[in-house]
Amino acid sequence: MIRIQNITKSFGRTQVLQDVSLDLPEGGVTALIGPNGAGKSTLLSIIARLAPADGGRVSIDGLDAHQAPSADLARLIAMLRQDNHLTARLTVRELIGFGRFPHSGGRLNAADQAAIDRAVAYLDLAELQHRFLDQLSGGQRQRAFVAMTIAQETKYLLLDEPLNNLDMKHARAMMRLLRQISQDLGKTVLVVLHDINFASCHADRIVAMKDGRIFATGTPRQIVAPEVLADLYETDIPVHDIDGRRIAAFYD
Amino acid sequence: MPVLAIAIAINLGLAALSLFVGVSQVSLSGLWAGQDDQWLVLIESRLPRMAALILAGATMAIAGVLTQTLIRNRFVEPSNTGMMEAAGLGLLLMMLLFPAAPIIAKMAVGTVFAMAGTAIFLAILRRVPMRDPMLVPLIGIMLSGIIFAGSSFVAYRFDMVQSLLAWTQGDLSGVMRGRYELLWLAAVGAGLAWFAADRFTVAGLGRDMASSLGLSHGRVVALGLAIVSLVTAIVVVSVGMIPFLGLIVPNIVSLALGDNMRRAIPWAAIGGAGLVLFCDILGRVIIMPYEVPVGTIMGVIGSAVFLWLIAGRRRAA
Repeated sequence: MIRIQNITKSFGRTQVLQDVSLDLPEGGVTALIGPNGAGKSTLLSIIARLAPADGGRVSIDGLDAHQAPSADLARLIAMLRQDNHLTARLTVRELIGFGRFPHSGGRLNAADQAAIDRAVAYLDLAELQHRFLDQLSGGQRQRAFVAMTIAQETKYLLLDEPLNNLDMKHARAMMRLLRQISQDLGKTVLVVLHDINFASCHADRIVAMKDGRIFATGTPRQIVAPEVLADLYETDIPVHDIDGRRIAAFYD
Repeated sequence: MPVLAIAIAINLGLAALSLFVGVSQVSLSGLWAGQDDQWLVLIESRLPRMAALILAGATMAIAGVLTQTLIRNRFVEPSNTGMMEAAGLGLLLMMLLFPAAPIIAKMAVGTVFAMAGTAIFLAILRRVPMRDPMLVPLIGIMLSGIIFAGSSFVAYRFDMVQSLLAWTQGDLSGVMRGRYELLWLAAVGAGLAWFAADRFTVAGLGRDMASSLGLSHGRVVALGLAIVSLVTAIVVVSVGMIPFLGLIVPNIVSLALGDNMRRAIPWAAIGGAGLVLFCDILGRVIIMPYEVPVGTIMGVIGSAVFLWLIAGRRRAA
């Protein structure tokens, strides 16, 4: 379980997170939603120890995220940020292989190769695996980065807007994949999503953030509701029941 | 891997050629006949020169790979990041203040100065908003210029311009047995880079990705740049600066094979050694019986290749 206690964070004078506390139970897909600037990405980075908090603590299965050895944490939690710019020219397979670094220390054994194969298959990258990343489209690159994170085979998986750059087919496949790995492999997935309909259809839990605080948590049915969304996004969002799912219609 | 075999064969051929090119006659028949003077030239001058060429070329190319990976910019190398000039300044100050110090002490101070130069460079980079990757080497060139101006001033005041020129101009005509062996230490440093290649590649993925993979990014970058500083100081004190080498060889290797350092380093070593051997041999025959320093030849060839790389890789940087 990930336990977040009283996390505060500011950049200069801007308070980005104000006393955030949250318990994330094991298993399932949790979607983190909220307007721009709500502090979602910052919270994710702090959980994954990529950014220090000003106050509070994060513990992951009892390990303090900011005190425990980073190499140990890397076998427990993996995070993919939103913008991943590489100057290094690597092939897709090489990149995914570096996801094994916490386990292999760099020298890949048969078990590592098998994990890479699984990640390649999961993200449908078999045909691209020997191409260089700079020869791929944005969406293909995004899938390669997600595959790398999955190859890390950690219990907890944090993804900051993994649907960026993905077309409908791949966005849907990505969400199904996240659900599948949480169901099949028992992983705990925390994912920042901008499209609340993906959160509504694929998440087990939704955490909504606003102005650096947790605004609401609950099931998709509880959160994707006109009265919650209107306050959260400060705009009226009609919600329809379509085939038993809550779908927000905010395109008009 | 036939390509690798061919590359090694070319290098061996260049290395062998470098043994027999020069003003003093050294030939297989002469050596076979047991002519003492030819053996003397071979052992005291030609073999050390060949070894120095290979070591300096290979280690500088590896230093270039490491610099580019860790600074995450295609167009940096020890000679345009303040590193080489800082090493030169350190050596100059040692010559001035402790002229009797052993060469290893001078090299150590040169290494420390190179590290300090790199630290200043990185500190400037952190403060300047980077919109264009080409800005990074430009800042490095400016910093190098400032440090070199300081060195020139000191050298001018204390009548040491000649020493300074010896370091700034890569030249192997003075290499003799007993005067190049420090380069083996540079080879040890470069070997260490290969040993830890995976760590350095991970560090090159950027701070966040590296940290997420459990790597202490700052420590690995510091270690890598320390290795580069060591190699740079040793090359400067032993044979002088060889410009562009650490720039063009890693870029060509990257274009052909990518940047996985475990794979790139052996090729950079082969390419660097071969290129320096070639430039040195060219420098020895072009105005025979005189010599053009290898640094000058490399400057001509390197700048042309560099321009081509800028034109071709600017977008990819």
